[in-house]
Amino acid sequence: MILPSLIILNLLIIYPLIQAFYLSLTNQRIGVPGAFVGFKNYVELLKQDIFLKTLMNSGLYVSVSLALKTIFGLLLALILNSLPRGRALFRAIVLLPWVVPASMSVLVWQWMFDPTFSVLNWILVHVGLNRINWLGNPFWAKVSVITINVWRGIPFFAIALGAGLVAIPKELYESASIDGAGIWVRFSRITLPLLRPVLGIVVLYSLVMTLADFEIVYILTRGGPMQSTHLLGTLSYQIGLAGTKISLGAAISLFLFPILLFSALFALRIILRYEEL
Amino acid sequence: MYGLKRVANKIGLYLVLSLFLVFLLFPFYWMAVTSLKIDKELYDLSTNPLFIKQGLTLQHYVYLFKKTSFLTWFKNTFIIAFLVTIITLTVSAPAAYSVTRFKFRGRTTFAIAVFISYLIPPTLLFIPLYKVLKLLRLIDTIWSMVVTYPTFTMPFCTWLLMGYFKTIPRELEESALVDGANRLQVLLRIVCPVALPGLTTVTLFSFTLSWMQFLYPVAFISASTQKPLSVGVVSELVRGDVFYWGSLMAGALLASLPVILVYMIFTRYFISGLTAGATKY
Repeated sequence: MILPSLIILNLLIIYPLIQAFYLSLTNQRIGVPGAFVGFKNYVELLKQDIFLKTLMNSGLYVSVSLALKTIFGLLLALILNSLPRGRALFRAIVLLPWVVPASMSVLVWQWMFDPTFSVLNWILVHVGLNRINWLGNPFWAKVSVITINVWRGIPFFAIALGAGLVAIPKELYESASIDGAGIWVRFSRITLPLLRPVLGIVVLYSLVMTLADFEIVYILTRGGPMQSTHLLGTLSYQIGLAGTKISLGAAISLFLFPILLFSALFALRIILRYEEL
Repeated sequence: MYGLKRVANKIGLYLVLSLFLVFLLFPFYWMAVTSLKIDKELYDLSTNPLFIKQGLTLQHYVYLFKKTSFLTWFKNTFIIAFLVTIITLTVSAPAAYSVTRFKFRGRTTFAIAVFISYLIPPTLLFIPLYKVLKLLRLIDTIWSMVVTYPTFTMPFCTWLLMGYFKTIPRELEESALVDGANRLQVLLRIVCPVALPGLTTVTLFSFTLSWMQFLYPVAFISASTQKPLSVGVVSELVRGDVFYWGSLMAGALLASLPVILVYMIFTRYFISGLTAGATKY
């Protein structure tokens, strides 16, 4: 009964992964066979400005996005949980950005960041601030890209963490209140420690998905301006498929692999602590 | 005093909540407003853009249907999502059931492999899959997507179903077996009804995840007639360097609508699927 799943697992996931490793050790191009060259692609990449820039962008993108998603997601989860009524309705509404296809919502943001007709700039000007060149300036392009990722991610964090919050026994809060614990003490001594496993899994999962992000950058900036927003996925696509250097493209996306393994192993550790597979 | 503080707290609570709502929902409002404005108003810098003042129009929607391959992309997307969902269900459900019910060699390894695969993003696989598809001569056909989408739906759905099957008490099945039912009967009559919420969740997720996928079709498809909505709307409604925002937003809205509708009908299942991935252990 598990045979079909084994076929998919081996043929479409494990075999391509091995193939990617092998490819990254050759100098193949699309349509040109190529030869084995060892680690030359990796060495070359680490010497290229565009790749080093992409690595730094990725680090910044992932760390800022994850931090904002965790903080605002947790805040929204706490707010939703303390609503006296309408909790289910608000939860459903709030999750919309996560439900809508990313490629479609990135388009709206692109329109909202438009150089001439940006509605955000219209609002800025009308409250007395300056227009912002959202996508034309390296700093603001990074802000724009991160904003969209956070916009899509907050709902996911809020709902997942909210489920973790509900699982914390109410009696703990009650007895802590009786003992005179304030809101901050209750949060830092009860909520955070008991939420840690859920938080851990959500963050690890999001770490991989954020690092592997493609849609936002591909549609919004194509990695620009001046390569200030490239991520591993978009660079790998640009060099590996659009630029036909498929072996180099494979090497670029494989830089995801260590983080993927790290996340998977730590997430498994958390899961196995509570339950056997 | 105490009462006053409570009221202030409550006001603060709703204030922060409304800030969140504005941030999270404004893009949808903007999408709808843009798609219904006439071009003259869209590109008029002197008016307040937040509201429609010069009349509603459906011209952008008409344009989509009359002048672009929108309907073809819609049909492609539906066929792909439908087939992938069927493949995913027939592969994931038996696998998840076996892993949670039978002891066999490599069971744990399989479970771990499923979990790790669930975390493998398309970004890591699209290049080698491109080579595989090229070998199979599937590049530039909708089959390239039908074949590769299970790489993200199957692990996710199997993992989710494993969680659901685990919560069904074994005793339920064992007593039926003792009463003379065979495995298949047990599966159809006892397990399936109890696992129905899980199966529904998995169906919804594989359908909507397939509907939304973007990287694979960007990598595998260049023929307009084979494109799914996600890529068609993004790549073909921009002509030259000119963005036609009215029709772009109309396209984005229509492409999102099926997912939003399914979500609105089955909200409960989406939320349980989301939280099961993150909190079930």
